[in-house]
Amino acid sequence: MSVVTNTTTIGAINAPSRRNTELMMMVFAIAISVFAYANVGLAMNGKLPSGMFGYGAGLILLGGVAHLVVRKFAPYADPLLLPLATLLNGLGLVLIWRLDQSPRLIRRAEIGYGAFSPDAPKQLLYSAIGVALFVAVLMVLKDHRILQRYTYISMAAALVLLVLPIFFPSVNGAKIWISLGPFSIQPGEFAKILIAIFFSGYLMVKRDALALASRRFMGLYLPRGRDLGPIITIWALSILILVFETDLGTSLLFFGLFVIMLYVATERTSWIVFGLLMSAAGAVGVASFERHVQSRVTAWKDPFACYTTDLSGACEQISNAIMSFGSGGTLGSGWGQGHSDLIGFAANADFILSTVGEELGLAGMMAVLLIYGLIVERGIRTALAARDPFGKLLAAGLSGAFAIQVFVVAGGVMGLIPLSGMTMPFLAYGGSSVLANWALIAILIRISDTARRPAPAPAPSTDAEMTQVVRP
Amino acid sequence: MNKPLRRIAIFCGVLIFALLARTNYLQYVQADELNTRKENRRVRIERYAHERGNIIVDGGKSITGSKETEDSDFKYKRVWKDGPMWAPVTGYSSQAFGATQLESIEDGILTGNDDQLFFNRTMSMFTGDEEQGGNIVTTLNSAAQTAAFKGLGNKKGAVAALDPQTGAILALASTPSYDPSTFAGNEEADTKAWQALLKDKDKPMINRALRETYPPGSTFKVVTAAAALENGLYTDIDADTDSPLPWRLPQSSKDLDNEGPIPCKNASLREALRYSCNTVFGKISDDLGNQKMIDEADKFGFNKEIFTPVRSNASVYPEDNRPQNAMAGIGQASNRATPLQMAMVASAVANDGKLMQPYMVAQRQTPDLDVIYNHEKEEFSRPLSAENAQKLQEMMETVVKTGTGTTAQIPGVTVGGKTGTAQHGLNNAEKPYAWFISYAKTDSGSPVAVAVVVEDSHADREAISGGGLAAPIAKAVMKAVIDSKK
Repeated sequence: MSVVTNTTTIGAINAPSRRNTELMMMVFAIAISVFAYANVGLAMNGKLPSGMFGYGAGLILLGGVAHLVVRKFAPYADPLLLPLATLLNGLGLVLIWRLDQSPRLIRRAEIGYGAFSPDAPKQLLYSAIGVALFVAVLMVLKDHRILQRYTYISMAAALVLLVLPIFFPSVNGAKIWISLGPFSIQPGEFAKILIAIFFSGYLMVKRDALALASRRFMGLYLPRGRDLGPIITIWALSILILVFETDLGTSLLFFGLFVIMLYVATERTSWIVFGLLMSAAGAVGVASFERHVQSRVTAWKDPFACYTTDLSGACEQISNAIMSFGSGGTLGSGWGQGHSDLIGFAANADFILSTVGEELGLAGMMAVLLIYGLIVERGIRTALAARDPFGKLLAAGLSGAFAIQVFVVAGGVMGLIPLSGMTMPFLAYGGSSVLANWALIAILIRISDTARRPAPAPAPSTDAEMTQVVRP
Repeated sequence: MNKPLRRIAIFCGVLIFALLARTNYLQYVQADELNTRKENRRVRIERYAHERGNIIVDGGKSITGSKETEDSDFKYKRVWKDGPMWAPVTGYSSQAFGATQLESIEDGILTGNDDQLFFNRTMSMFTGDEEQGGNIVTTLNSAAQTAAFKGLGNKKGAVAALDPQTGAILALASTPSYDPSTFAGNEEADTKAWQALLKDKDKPMINRALRETYPPGSTFKVVTAAAALENGLYTDIDADTDSPLPWRLPQSSKDLDNEGPIPCKNASLREALRYSCNTVFGKISDDLGNQKMIDEADKFGFNKEIFTPVRSNASVYPEDNRPQNAMAGIGQASNRATPLQMAMVASAVANDGKLMQPYMVAQRQTPDLDVIYNHEKEEFSRPLSAENAQKLQEMMETVVKTGTGTTAQIPGVTVGGKTGTAQHGLNNAEKPYAWFISYAKTDSGSPVAVAVVVEDSHADREAISGGGLAAPIAKAVMKAVIDSKK
């Protein structure tokens, strides 16, 4: 393949930086979001929304700053990642604002909490903090390899983050929140980045031992305990914590992350087989004692069954989500003209995709899913292009985690797999999610910048050529 | 590490592809099915988003309306004028509990979503007018309906009245009734009203005129007489029949009794109907046999559901053994009929043997009152030749002039009828049903045929008779129709 040039230490000389491409796409992404905002206002209130200028200016400011920072600090970065993330974030804001206008949700909040407060302004604030984090990561992290130094600190931090929610009260059946005064964060979102850093750092060091010094057992290559031990311990610990916190989506995400990174590091297919077997065993095991999981599996098997029995409510959310996809049809009802708010609880968080499905239709859903697909594949392309194993592993882990998260949430909402509450990256309402995902994009941009940056001129010594390690 | 990375890329691609396939399946393949599911609140939100069209009687008077509500989901609520009186015609349309009868069957027109209204919808989309539903013009006559409903009063029962010449349904009453307005909304009071109605022992939500089948009792002798004439068993209605008294039920050791000492021995058909002789008609049914009786009953509409378009339960004249068939010939045993069915019997006789298809939707209109459907009268069957029908008319008119049905006489109008007192319950222990079927006739043919059943009343058992309880109601309905035609 032609990308082979990027896997040697000698990069393509004078690769185009593509910063102007990025700028063009940013303009496009922001224009679409502002147009969508105007569209919701016209559809719901018959006039352009009063906040339109402020919203547009805010998005232009955020997008502009992000773009300028990338131009300055990561000039060779992948040109697609930032515009795609901006587009999703912008559309997410419009969707949340649209759901804020729903009289049904307003009344629901007034009955349930005594008062209704709109979520869109908070999400705009979180987005601003997210972009600030993005800028900070790019400015502080001059080279992603610095993260290698924090392998074990990342591990410790991830475990602390995962354990903390146990000491806080559970919210809606899952203990995944840390509340500090008026703020609450979902540590799982940040832990996924930290765990990816730990796995990359550890596997980079141990990958040869893991791949080569292994024993054959029942047709599978099993590594020595002292190589695999630490990583399997950390992984098992995090899964256990998440299971006790009944955060099943995130435990699935961690499991997938673990298998993907081990497979990439060792290049042994047996890990995939092993991973599939373990996940099957784990799923059956958890489902046998967790009633929470059992009810979700039942609702997944037949989303409409509980209407005929006395258990309505057990599947009402998922069946309503499926009906909103159905009523969207091919072209959708149009911004602001659907009834996706019938889902009620979590309509603008876990279930935000239903609003996309109903109001933008099949066409809009395909576009949004393809945007996610593009982000993932650009991330893996970054991994392919990265020149160092740490960068490769980290980029692969982060994009893999992103892909699994999208699949688990979207698949759950659409009834493809049982539901297991997580947020749709960038689209859904939630501060932690937006912050963590902007940080994730920043790290990917940093790795892609390092990967695509032209190599310094080769040393004049002819010996240098001969000492290269060339990998297939 | 690039080989596994490429595979991971493919794996992620597969995940996204699976999502794309699923969304295509949900939003393209399954969309219609999901959109019409009864659990889908959107269906109801859409139904009540616009002002619903009206159901119209007397060719222009609306008996329904729409009221704007405070509810966030449903903008309009259905209201009815004289709800209890019209409920058996309209059915209900409740935000919380669904819809029935005309409100449900004609929902497409009433909401304006029917394909026939596509042009109107498109126009209002361009002009920006609010969408509106079309109207359903019924054949109902409010004077007749009022007479029927008032006549039944606090008694349990039903009335069905038809125009014999067209089949148009003129009145359809059922008591005790309910007011659909009490549970049309989506509030707590609506739920309470609904549950109270469900619990009510008198079952006010049953449409007795169409959905309840009763033993027709002696009113069925009109059908038996028709079978005798049509099959040539007897041709002269004033000639003696071959009817011994007492007459023993075939294959039985039991005599069939008459109600009191009435002259039934070898009585002519006319006299037998006038006095309501069980022995004569039981024997006719037995002489003809089960199959011929079924054939004649079928021609009158028995053993078949009838759609007006609201469904009417099938009345039954079953296959049976000899003694049961003889009993069925006098409207007992497992012979059962709806009030609509018995009104059809009277109307076929009144219309010289031609039975018209009963209907209650005369027109469907667009919101702009353009007519998009007009009912054309349609023949249902010919249970009698014109000659035999006229013979039967003479017999039925004798019943009203000098027989059991004198209470239905209307001065200056020819009225034919037949009373019935149907026994039911184990060993006939329960209060009998009082029946009366009749028609009125003027110079231009018959404008109305009516069937009345009174299921339960506060009268003593001995006082219950078709002539006493049911005939005055039939008379009032017939009079109302004739007066409204003047």
